Amino acid sequence: MSQPAPARPLLEVDGVSVRFGALVAVNRVSLAIAPGEILAIIGPNGAGKTTLLNAISGFYHPYEGRIAFDSTDRTMLSPPDVAALGIARTFQNVALFKGMTVLDNIMTGRLLKMRGNFLLEALYWGPARRQELEHRAFVERIIDFLEIQAIRKTPAGRLPYGLQKRVELARALAAEPKLLLLDEPMAGMNVEEKEDMCRFVLDTNQEFGTTIALIEHDMGVVMDISDRVVVLDYGRKIADGAPEHIRKDQAVLDAYLGVAHD
Amino acid sequence: MNAPARRSDAHGLDDGLDTFPKLVRLNARRRPDKIAIREKDLGIWQSYTWSAYFEQARLIAQGLASLGFARGDRVAIIGDNRPQLYWAVMATQALGGVPVPIYQDSIEKEVEFVIDHAEARFAVVEDQEQVDKLLNVKARCPRLQHVVYDDPRGMRRYGDPCLMSLAELQELGKKFEAGHPNHFDDEMARGGADDVAIICYTSGTTGTPKGAMLSHRNLIVTARNAARFEGLGADEEILSYLPMAWVGDHIFSYAQAIITGFAINCPESAATVLHDLKEIAPTYFFGPPRIWESILTSVMVRVEDALWVKRATVQLFLRLAQDIERRRLGRQPVALWQRLLYPLGNLLVYGPLKDNLGLRRVRRAYTAGEAIGPEIFLFFRGLGVNVKQLYGMTEASVFVTIQRDGDVRLDTVGTPITDVEIRLSEQGEVLFRSPGVFLGYAKNPEATRETLEDGWIHSGDAGFLGQDGHLKIIDRARDVGRLADGTLFAPKFLENKLKFSPYVREAVCVGQTRPWVTALVNIDLAAVGNWAERRNIAYTSYTDLAQKPEVYELIQREVERVNRSLAEDQALRGAQVRRFLILHKELDPDDEEITRTRKIRRGYIGQKYAPLIEALYSDRDHVPVEAKVTYEDGRAGTMRADVKIRDASVFAVPEAR
Repeated sequence: MSQPAPARPLLEVDGVSVRFGALVAVNRVSLAIAPGEILAIIGPNGAGKTTLLNAISGFYHPYEGRIAFDSTDRTMLSPPDVAALGIARTFQNVALFKGMTVLDNIMTGRLLKMRGNFLLEALYWGPARRQELEHRAFVERIIDFLEIQAIRKTPAGRLPYGLQKRVELARALAAEPKLLLLDEPMAGMNVEEKEDMCRFVLDTNQEFGTTIALIEHDMGVVMDISDRVVVLDYGRKIADGAPEHIRKDQAVLDAYLGVAHD
Repeated sequence: MNAPARRSDAHGLDDGLDTFPKLVRLNARRRPDKIAIREKDLGIWQSYTWSAYFEQARLIAQGLASLGFARGDRVAIIGDNRPQLYWAVMATQALGGVPVPIYQDSIEKEVEFVIDHAEARFAVVEDQEQVDKLLNVKARCPRLQHVVYDDPRGMRRYGDPCLMSLAELQELGKKFEAGHPNHFDDEMARGGADDVAIICYTSGTTGTPKGAMLSHRNLIVTARNAARFEGLGADEEILSYLPMAWVGDHIFSYAQAIITGFAINCPESAATVLHDLKEIAPTYFFGPPRIWESILTSVMVRVEDALWVKRATVQLFLRLAQDIERRRLGRQPVALWQRLLYPLGNLLVYGPLKDNLGLRRVRRAYTAGEAIGPEIFLFFRGLGVNVKQLYGMTEASVFVTIQRDGDVRLDTVGTPITDVEIRLSEQGEVLFRSPGVFLGYAKNPEATRETLEDGWIHSGDAGFLGQDGHLKIIDRARDVGRLADGTLFAPKFLENKLKFSPYVREAVCVGQTRPWVTALVNIDLAAVGNWAERRNIAYTSYTDLAQKPEVYELIQREVERVNRSLAEDQALRGAQVRRFLILHKELDPDDEEITRTRKIRRGYIGQKYAPLIEALYSDRDHVPVEAKVTYEDGRAGTMRADVKIRDASVFAVPEAR
């Protein structure tokens, strides 16, 4: 799994900084994600993990540095453009349409793939109908894949938290992303839900060949599923390597356990 | 079947149609485009016709043959109800092998026991979850050579050479077929009625599982007899949602489906069963009491949440329906006003409710496995769902007795179906003999001898036959005893009757070698507490409430209700409850009085409450007790109370009506 990646990286982050006024949330971070890899980004609270993810997904624009996806520079794109390139994400705080059914929520993940014609859509006729059926069939594959058949028609807001997280993953997968960004996919879950989610993340990587970058706090999970780990602390990258290597890294231990500054 | 050249045996099995694969082939020829099996997959009910059924099963068989399948080989089948797994059953049988279905939620140790005991060489399983179990088990079961899985998800990085997907197996089958065009037909022709068709491992509460071997003849004759007895047709639809390893599913979803040609429907997942039930609206349905209970609960929860007008309407009409049904089953007249109101209830409540539950089209449904609460039974029958009780066993190919349409009772399991004979042993154990009686337990002649004697099966259940031919099951035989005068005493039967009252939570009946029957009762704190509040009876605790004279009156009425119903029963008339007391504390697993699954530990209770029991058989009307109790945090304490004892009226034979 953790084969050295001679292939061109799918995503390259090169010396990126993000600033909010005087606060430097991400400070000249560079990293690369190889195709097919599962990369974990870890670090103490406020280390800049989510900010980095937001910069990659186009929500924030970097103050300096560049981001390249598929060898093309796309530092200044907006979130919809980034999504169109094939980057999908989930959020730390679940962001679903609460009043819509699970099925409809996941269908929204297909929006970018739909070629709209207002009139035909309204009439549900011809190509519009065919298109709708094709997208529905794809969404059903994802529902089956994530084992959420039983809640297909349930409004998302009525689901327990763990299932909402899974629906969010489903919506991200519906966009058929090349790169999937997961912001704390297992936060607030019980042990069993975490195990399920781990399996789904690994299966996604295997079945669809999706490259995955995830932020996670549970070290057990990180060590189990990631090929490589990047550690941030106070906006800087302090380590980058295989999980077994990170586990023993002194700088990482200091960042997590705290170290006396004398 | 107009084939004069063919030999026909006593049960009408001609040798062209004496195994299930041959019957499937007949269906594929006679009704090739009739739907045989549906599965909800990717949100859509995908269907397969009888010709597709046979075709798919044939390819699986050819694939198995290409791996060197020999006659008599055992194939473990593990997974949820899936068309592919039913095909694998037929494929195995077509090659003269024996399918051995295993419960899909079994833990590794249980799977290992069956694989090892059945000497399975092949396994056909649903998915990665089952594959993982088998790969772990394989090291200790060297006979297991090939594991075939249906769902390839997550299997990409598995390198074990014993693994193969079902699609790959069928590809191998196609190649094999090209080189051996006659192999499949020849193997099928070699199969006969008395070959083992399936081995069902029964879980058994005691000891290791036993593998009951059933022949094609057992299953074909029994399934056909029951289908004729009940008038099943090819247009039935059933939902196949109970485990394939359970003989009931095998009879309903496999044997009867093939014999009558009706369609089976596999739910999308275990979690969607109630939803799929609504979509399919089966005409033929089977469920153990717990399934009926869970459907009822789902209704009641929604009723509680409804607007008060709706709630009141629903409750009014549900009471009406149950009252009418109770009278009908008791052969009592139904009042004219009730008859007039029922159609309105049907329009407003019963019809929409049945529609919503997916029970609108049910022509017949069964409950079996254990006693069903009369309220639950009356609820569904009152709605107009034809639920009936059935008595069966794995060793009998399921069917022993069924309640006929128009002859349904609350407290019996019906009359024997065609070709079944029933008699009672001197100890009151139910014995029966039928064409469905199994061949024996695999590799366990001792257990076979204990169960099967001169063709008669010893069911282990105590019961009796009414004059109307109805069988009544009262208890497990080993719990049944006699009073001092020899009267039959079945404690669990009495206790269940008492517990059907909402006010009685637990009851322990005593009577073995005693002059009469007495009972120790636990009240239901919530129900009796509520009852007391409505009557302005103040109480402080369980112990306090339990000893209130009003509560004794209440429970006495319940005990006498049970006595009155016992009086109608010739064999149990002598075992009415003469005296009872309400226990000062609730029976508790922490005190080892009941098990965690709420089964009474008779022996222990007999010792612990010996002074109370002695008082029941004296003429005292109260007895002081001092009891040790264990609190939840493990501390022990002592509790003092003065327990009252009451006499209950007993009843003679009711006057002839």
